[in-house]
Amino acid sequence: MSNVSVDTSKRRFLVAMTSAVGGVAALGVATPFVLSMMPSARAKAAGAPIEVDLSKVEPGMQLAVEWRGKPVWVVNRTQEMLDALSKNDAKLIDPSSENAGQQPDYCQNPTRSIKPQYLIVVGICTHLGCSPTYRAEVAPADLGPDWLGGWFCPCHGSRFDLAARVFNGSPAPTNLEIPPHKYLSETRVLIGDDQGAAA
Amino acid sequence: MQKLLNWVDERFPLSASYKAHLSEYFAPKNFNFWYFFGSLALLMLVVQIVSGIFLTMHYKPDAALAFASVEYIMRDVEYGWLIRYIHSTGASMFFLVVYLHMFRGLIYGSYRQPRELIWIFGVIIYLVLMGEAFMGYLLPWGQMSYWGAQVIINLFAAVPFIGNDLSEWIRGDYVIGDATLNRFFAFHVIALPLVLLGLVVAHLVALHEVGSNNPDGIEIKKLKGPDGHPLDGIPFHPYYTVKDILGVVVFLMVFASIVFFAPEMGGYFLEYNNFVPADSLKTPEHIAPVWYFTPYYAILRAVPPIFGSQFPGVAAMGVAVLIFFALPWLDRSPVKSVRYRGPKFKIALTLFVIAFIGLGILGVLPATPLYTIISQILSVVYFAFFLLMPWYTKNDTTKPVPERVTP
Repeated sequence: MSNVSVDTSKRRFLVAMTSAVGGVAALGVATPFVLSMMPSARAKAAGAPIEVDLSKVEPGMQLAVEWRGKPVWVVNRTQEMLDALSKNDAKLIDPSSENAGQQPDYCQNPTRSIKPQYLIVVGICTHLGCSPTYRAEVAPADLGPDWLGGWFCPCHGSRFDLAARVFNGSPAPTNLEIPPHKYLSETRVLIGDDQGAAA
Repeated sequence: MQKLLNWVDERFPLSASYKAHLSEYFAPKNFNFWYFFGSLALLMLVVQIVSGIFLTMHYKPDAALAFASVEYIMRDVEYGWLIRYIHSTGASMFFLVVYLHMFRGLIYGSYRQPRELIWIFGVIIYLVLMGEAFMGYLLPWGQMSYWGAQVIINLFAAVPFIGNDLSEWIRGDYVIGDATLNRFFAFHVIALPLVLLGLVVAHLVALHEVGSNNPDGIEIKKLKGPDGHPLDGIPFHPYYTVKDILGVVVFLMVFASIVFFAPEMGGYFLEYNNFVPADSLKTPEHIAPVWYFTPYYAILRAVPPIFGSQFPGVAAMGVAVLIFFALPWLDRSPVKSVRYRGPKFKIALTLFVIAFIGLGILGVLPATPLYTIISQILSVVYFAFFLLMPWYTKNDTTKPVPERVTP
């Protein structure tokens, strides 16, 4: 009996093939489970655009609204705030908004907005997703004498100016994101949809 | 009775297991204070599982109901406050015990050959425990739960190319929401605990295969008496069961004091902001993770973005944890225990402890320029401890190791 030679190479081949086919089957079975964790149809559908009435926002004030579960800020910038923007340019990572993913084309301008007065921006830090704090005052004690107003992220210390552009030395790599939006009238804006409104 | 035992033993290795793992499992006779923490970690696992089961009976994993259900447990459920405080204090104490247990391994070289696999299983347990704690922290659905999870999940979004899809897959939504809470609940109460139990079994099986290390770093199995038992070994039961019970008693006194008198521990065990329901529009003024994650959090913050990507910081944080896996192969010292090592290792270890605790403290403080620089220095020290280990352990002036363990 023991001198009957066993063809181990054939056996190894069969074991390898069975394992490979079994592995493919396992991957196939795993697929539905892995995909079940992706955003559901309901989550995908929940991103409807929202309408905001700008007349409610006093000069210098920030209004936070919710769009797709994220905070979107609407800021009514005063003339002094707008004048101060260009003073920050030298200290910014991307002063002229060249990173195309962070704003629609129609907001790639010095104020990063359609109307200079109103900044509409997603209030989520591009670092790790905290919502920065609105610090409109000039030169507060904790932010230093050069501070001309903007946002400070409490989580990791990222700083943004009043056009939501990130300062050098912040952990955040890019400017805050400007969502697609369009004006429905002088004081009403639709956030989340800019169809036919490339102003 | 003996007949019954025989009946069982013919069908299940009851007496044999009892002997192999307790009455005739020989452990070195020179265990000291540092050897309490393994059994205490096991105790904490049991405490967390039991208290967790009872919390599950009242908790609702639904973004609309979760916060209120925790308040319901605290106010309306009979002794709900006690069970919840046991569970929340337990999380912190579990990490405390695990850190001390890991430090024991570090000073006595318990990760060295032939115990590399015990160490590796241990590091995996530590990783799973971090996941377990992180997911559990989302469940109360307070402000810190929400924004802490937001930050940590966004770490994955920093991975080049697949980052965004990966973080969406983890969240199950474009932002943290009900889907995230629901799945974290599933992972927290069933998936990770099962993995944890399996790993603990593997950790102990590997330990009992090679036997425990000891404060002298000597292999007691090298010297055996005429009975075949190690000369420096004593049966685990009754000697170490009794010792460990003493440890348990003292530990539980501390544990109960915290549960009854300082369950929030000044905001370190339960953060104040977490008593405010999650609000997706407002980040708390100052957010910090729970204390046991702060050393890594400080490392994350210490690394500036490179080429417009925050990935280097995330990678540094990941490597800071994963580097523990490499420890058995980084240490080239001829001796295991700190008792016989030279000054270079002792200095390196001291600096490492200072860096780890220092980063832990900086991780709870707000990010100011000065603190960032200190964090950067301490992060370098942290990594240098590991990366320079092959050199400073190899040419250190070690002392001769005795044949037998010392009292």
